[in-house]
This record gives sequence, structure tokens and C-alpha cells, in this order.
Amino acid sequence: MNLTLKIWRQKSSADKGQMIEYKVSEISEHMSFLEMMDVLNEQLIAEGDEPVAFDHDCREGICGMCSMYINGEAHGPDRGVTTCQLHMRMFKDGDTITIEPFRAKAFPVIKDLVVDRTAFDRIQHAGGYISVNTSGNTQDANAIPIAKEAADEAMDAATCIGCGACVATCKNASAMLFVGAKVSQYALLPQGQVEAADRVMAMVNQMDLEGFGNCTNTGACEIECPKGISLENIARMNREYLKASLKG
Amino acid sequence: MAILDSKVPQGVPLKDKWTTYKDKIDLVNPANKRLIDVIVVGTGLAGGSAAATLAELGYNVKAFAYQDSPRRAHSIAAQGGINAAKNYQGDGDSAYRLFYDTVKGGDYRSREANVYRLAEVSANIIDQCVAQGVPFARDYGGLLDNRSFGGVLVSRTFYAKGQTGQQLLLGAYSAMNRQIARGKIEMFNRHEMLDVVIVDGKARGIIARNLVTGEIERHSAHAVVIGSGGYGNVYFLSTNAMGSNATAAWKIHKKGAYFANPCYTQIHPTCIPRSGDYQSKLTLMSESLRNDGRIWVPKNMDDVMAIREGRKKPTELTEDERDYYLERRYPAFGNLVPRDVASRAAKERCDAGYGVNATGEAVYLDFKSAIQRYGKEQAKLQGIDNPSAAKIIELGEAIVEAKYGNLFQMYEKIVDENPYKTPMMIYPATHYTMGGIWVDYNLMTTIPGCYAIGEANFSDHGANRLGASALMQGLADGYFVLPYTIGNYLSNDIRTGKISTETKEFDAAEKAVTERLDFFINNKGNHSVDYYHKKLGKIMWEKCGMSRNEAGLKDAMKEIKALREDFWKNVTVPGASNEMNPELEKAGRVADFLELGELFAKDALERNESCGGHFREESVELDGLQKGEAKRNDKDYAYVAAWEYKGEPAEAVLHKEELEFKDIELKQRSYK
Repeated sequence: MNLTLKIWRQKSSADKGQMIEYKVSEISEHMSFLEMMDVLNEQLIAEGDEPVAFDHDCREGICGMCSMYINGEAHGPDRGVTTCQLHMRMFKDGDTITIEPFRAKAFPVIKDLVVDRTAFDRIQHAGGYISVNTSGNTQDANAIPIAKEAADEAMDAATCIGCGACVATCKNASAMLFVGAKVSQYALLPQGQVEAADRVMAMVNQMDLEGFGNCTNTGACEIECPKGISLENIARMNREYLKASLKG
Repeated sequence: MAILDSKVPQGVPLKDKWTTYKDKIDLVNPANKRLIDVIVVGTGLAGGSAAATLAELGYNVKAFAYQDSPRRAHSIAAQGGINAAKNYQGDGDSAYRLFYDTVKGGDYRSREANVYRLAEVSANIIDQCVAQGVPFARDYGGLLDNRSFGGVLVSRTFYAKGQTGQQLLLGAYSAMNRQIARGKIEMFNRHEMLDVVIVDGKARGIIARNLVTGEIERHSAHAVVIGSGGYGNVYFLSTNAMGSNATAAWKIHKKGAYFANPCYTQIHPTCIPRSGDYQSKLTLMSESLRNDGRIWVPKNMDDVMAIREGRKKPTELTEDERDYYLERRYPAFGNLVPRDVASRAAKERCDAGYGVNATGEAVYLDFKSAIQRYGKEQAKLQGIDNPSAAKIIELGEAIVEAKYGNLFQMYEKIVDENPYKTPMMIYPATHYTMGGIWVDYNLMTTIPGCYAIGEANFSDHGANRLGASALMQGLADGYFVLPYTIGNYLSNDIRTGKISTETKEFDAAEKAVTERLDFFINNKGNHSVDYYHKKLGKIMWEKCGMSRNEAGLKDAMKEIKALREDFWKNVTVPGASNEMNPELEKAGRVADFLELGELFAKDALERNESCGGHFREESVELDGLQKGEAKRNDKDYAYVAAWEYKGEPAEAVLHKEELEFKDIELKQRSYK
């Protein structure tokens, strides 16, 4: 198929940036979206232009590195996939595709479609861990039985890949689905209880410092999340936060 | 030929070596640890766990990742699970049994003492990860669940859905975060190591490029740890991440670290086939699929052609028209033969012309029998008399979905076919490299103060790795082995003081790095980096792939050398070096692969035996039940081939570490 691509080009964080139009032809429907971008980049290199910079790594939907806002949706039109798993069969011959970076105050553009998501890391530094040293003599793994339901629910929350689609999708650029998922994973497990109050306070505080917006319950993040992280995690975080606040 | 000193503790029984060794090791007192800096390159399971643990102990750690966060390292993509000798199932597992399975699975080409230590610390890994909040799968009693993996006789694999690597990596990442918050780890995201700096014969720092600004930075330390993974991307197409590279490992090799067994590569049988020339990477599907899927190609060439041209569907072929070639050739193990055997058998059928897709490189993995079997079983369990054919399929598909649902969904997203209704297509792909930097028992390379851990080293998997053992090794090295052994070395450095970066050694290393980057930018050739990478991949796949022979390997060496020379003349890299420039990053990595590939072929040529993932067509059983199968040669090749860099890959000098097996009897593998 032949396609027109409108792509955000921005030389550096200092540059203003603009949309530029490109044409690609003979695109196979079996290609992944990023393979289509590879074709474009090879074409640009052959023409002596600079290729489009975009983040990507595992290309199997788990590392969370790829981003892109495609036709107004984080990770494009398909559901339950990251951009690397989006395939060209979702588009038709003659389509014009608009490709922008994830946009949020807390995710500044580095170059073209590459954004800086280290704000997510800093939220994790604030409390996204259980304070246990590596020693070789922690208690036996089966010493504390954990109900299967709780373990499964913790796993569902822990599935978050930290891609930032929730932030890019939210009209307030809120990170509450991301933070809620991490808070929930530990809140659901006995190991996470000791530090639960401090953790939720520290992580929410850091989230606010980073400039993420608030949640107004539109639920768009849940729909665009490639891993199906549920809104329940935001509710759980709010409960944990309230509990911790009351404790003082 | 120099004898390599493995430094394995002598005069102590195998099972006591590690404990005795730890008891006698030199320690660094807590106050002195604060005076010592350690660089860790790579933040996957090995690098991430090592960085966290070293920081907990009190060392000042500088960690480097080319990704934008440590959490994105490619360990995250491991699906199936992690082995540990916990014996929770009471099925007779033990450290010895895990050790035995690993040595046998590696076709007796790994170092006994290292493998025993791995098995010994495996149970600690599970305890540690649970304490960190890793949500492993549990049974209804709330205890940890296990699955069986890769043809061993016990259930010792712990898992977190099909995302075990992700959960373990996020565990290590959380341990790192705690230390980053305390300032004990200084994290350098989007940084790539471009050389190691040697001062007075010791590794004392690295030169790194800031991938955002393009700035070249000097970082010093008392020791350098390489945990940068394997070199599977030398094949261009592999299940590795796009950025996975061998540069850190290759740079230390060029500065004196021996590279061991580069030809040992694992080609995994159950990957989604290539669909066209634009293909950028291959996707693995867990080998657990072979527990229920049956592998076949059509018996008749007419059917192959009809299927390729779309005139016939695979479901229209009767049982008589199908060749279940693994069941035919290996009646005892059938579809559950080890990875290397299954991969070669698929290649054999496709080479003979029986491949079932347009590229001719695909075989079927069919769940029809499993759906029938489970469907009938469920009907009986649910008390349904005389179930209809449709009901049986419905019940059977529900069971298959419960077991493999996420993999089926992934397949359908990529291929756009429903694998419940039509057989999956699979083909082997490069997945893991058992070879790597040579290390001694301390995990130190032949450069003092330079260590290699995880997939980057060679030590534990011999010529073939068992399923669910890569995660185990990465975390064993990072959490439980290196943090001890490195202390023994660093105890001599408590009075050294800060290492200066303003020395002639750093000057020289930085100059060489800068010159190379400038060359790429200024060359203005006529071919992109990918053009060369794809060509290299094709040579590697065709001549150093699943089966190798003398003529092919000699050709490969020549062709790679010629391609390398062409690359240095005609490669083009757009943009500048003082900015974010992904093409420039790729150029450096491919330049290194173009050297590594030639050493790989040389090593494969030198090893004229078949062992594990390395199959030499000249070394097969000539008669009897095993006719045509791989033939190992313990008399001549029971050694580690460690190569010393001498300027050109073809001139590398071989050093042999003879392998001794005192606790295990060497046996030929048989799956007939």
C-alpha cells in the first residue's frame, strides 16, 4: 500500500519542531508499524536526509520503550498492543497517518518522536521497592502463603510496562494509572505492608512534583493501556493514600 | 599455549567448594567500601542485581544502560520461568540434580564447579525475589507453583504468567531504585560504553557516550563489571532486542579479555517465521507450546505447493498426508526433544523443500490433537454424555486457551491467523549465546579488575542452555556470586584512593573513541548501516547457523572479512556526533559484529565436533540407532576455546581450558 505520513520533526529539546510530510510506497500489510518506519528511514538515508528518531527496543511488546501518538491515539488504533506490535493491516492504501510524540509536560521531547520519561523512574526511586537487602538468608519463599487471588491481582498490576501511554492519553497528563499499578502490587502482598503508608505518600508526592496532572475519572488511560491495567488500581491507590494521610 | 587458570578451589569436594571458598575470601570492611567505586555496564538481570547488591554492601556504583531506564533491559522479554532446586514438589529435586541436568544439557562443555555453585545458590534467588515482592504464580493453598520445562524429570520452574523475566527484572530494578534514592547507585541512562580503560594492567574505567547529547564522558572506578548480554544480533535477525549488542564485550576482548566458545549459539525452535525482507526481528513463543502442539509438514510435495499457493489449507490434509517428523525420528521424546535437535530437524525438512509458507521457512505446530484430547477429557469430567464434535472442540479450546492464551493472542496479532482453527507456523531463530567472555571462578576476565556476568560470560551453559536457566544464571551471578568474589579483589584497593580520569590512559582511550565516531560521520559512503548488518546476518545464518561444515565456515570467514573492509570504505551515517543519533550508535555496534562474526566462524571451524547447539556436518554418527545424529568428541574437544585478540579476528590465538568432570560420567545424548 502507499501511504502519506505526517511526522513530528524536532531537532532537539531546544528546537520548536513541526509536522513534515513524507510518502512511503509498497508497504506490506504484514509489516509492523516500526518496520514501516524502518523503510521510511532507509529511504531518508538514501536521499541524504536525517532519519526520524524514535524509541524502540524489544519489538515484542514488553520493554515499554516504544511510544508514538498515532492518529490521535497512544500506540495507534489497535487495542492491547504497543506500537511495535501494531501491524500495517490496521491501515488502508492511500491513508494519511499522523505520528506525534507522547505529549505531556512531564515528558519533554528529546528529538523527533523520542521523549524523556525519567519522571517515571524518579517516582519509583521515591518508594517503588520493598526495603530488603540481598543476603542469601531471607526466609524461605513458602514461609508466608499468599492467597492465589491476591497474588494474581498483584501480578495483573505488576504487568505495567511503564510506557507512558496512560499519561499521553489523559487530558490532564495524569500518571495515576502508572503509580496506582505499582502501589497496588505492593499493597496486595504481605511483603509490602510494613512500608505501605510511607510508600504511597512518597510516590504520590513525587508524582505531583514531576508535574503530572490529576485524575478526573474519564478512564481513557485504561482503554489505551497496552497491558490492560485496570482503573481499580487508581481507586486502590486513593484508598491507600487516604489511609496513610489519616495515620499522619 | 598458555594454560588458563580457572581458580577453581582445589582439594575440596565439589559440593563444599563455594562454602569453603566464601569462608576464606578477603573482605572489605564497611568503612572502606565507601572508598571504592565500581562500574556496572548493563542493567538486565545480571547487571541490575549486581549493581543493587554492590550498592547495598556499601560500594559506590555507577550503572550504565543504553535504554532510557534500567527496567527496559532485554531480560524483560524472557517468558517461561526460572529454575531453582527448591524441591517444593517433593519430586526428588536437589542442587546435585539441577547441576547434573545443566551439565548434561550443556553437552558436557561447561565448567563443573561454576555450574554446581549456580545450582547451589538457585534456591536463594527465589527467596530473595519473593521478599522483594515478585508476584510468582501460586496454587490455591497460597504456595508457589511450579511447572516442568525443557525435558527434565522434575518440576522446578517458578514463573509469573508468561512474563517471568519482566517480573524478575522489575524486582532487580526496584532494588536498584532503593539504592539510587540513597545515592549509592549513580544511574546513567541512555549511555553506551565505547571502551574500557586499562591503567597499570587493571581495568580502571570506561569511556561512554551520552546518547542524548553525544558527549564523550570519562568514568573511573576500581573495577568494571560487564553485564551487557549476548551477541545474538550478529545474525541481524534474532529474538534479541533491536539495541542488544556485543560492543562492551568486544571492547574488553580487544583490550585483553579472552572470548570463549563464540560458536555456541542457541537457535530456538518455536519462533514466528519471517514474513518478508523488511523483517526487523523475530518473536519467540515459549517452548512450553511443544507440550501440546504436534509439529509436522506435508508428506507430499504437491500438497506443499498447493498450500504455498493458497489452493489448499493445512486443515484439509488427512493424518496420512502429514509427516510428524519429530515423532517419526525420535519416538522416545517426540515433539519434546531439546531445542537444538528440534531446530535442526525443522531446517532439514525445509531445506528438503517442505517449508509451508511463501519463504519456504516454516513448519506447522498443530494443536488439533490436544484440543480433541482435552475436549473429551472435559466432557467426561463435566458428565456430558455423547458430546457433539462441536462441543468437544469448544471444551478443548477453553483448556488450550487457559494454558497458552497469551501466546495464541500474540501469534494472532502478528500473523493475523487464528491458531485455534488453523495450525501455527513456526521456524527456528537465534535466541541465546552460550559463548561469551572467558571468566574464572571469580567471574573475572583475563583483565584484572574486569568482570563479566550473565549471558555476557561463557561459564555455565556449555554448548547448549536448558530452558529457564538464563534467568537463574543472571541473578545468581549478580545477587550471590559477584558481590562476594569482587570483594576478594577490591580488598587490595582500600588505599588506592579515587582513580583519576586525567591520565594518559584515559586521554588515549577517549581519542580513539572520538576518532572512530568522527570517521563514521565524515565517511559519506553509499550504504546504510543496516545494509551491512543484513548482509552479515545472511552469511552467519547460512554458514554459521544450525548446521556448519568446513567449506562453509572458511567461506564465511572470507566473506565477513570482505564485507568488513567494504563497510569501512562505503558505510554512510547521517547527522552529527554531538546529538542524539541512532544511526551512529548502530554503526559502532555493527562494526564490532563484523569482527565478532569472523571469530565466531573461526571458532566453529576449529571445533570439529558436534556438541549442543554447535552441529558440524563432519561429526555425525555413521551407523546404528543414532545414525545421522550429532557426535561429540570428548577425546579431542573437551575444552573451553578461549581466544586472545591479536589485531585481526582471523589471527586470534587459541588458549584451551581443559574441562574435567570428576562428579559426572560423560554420556552421549540420545532422544531416540
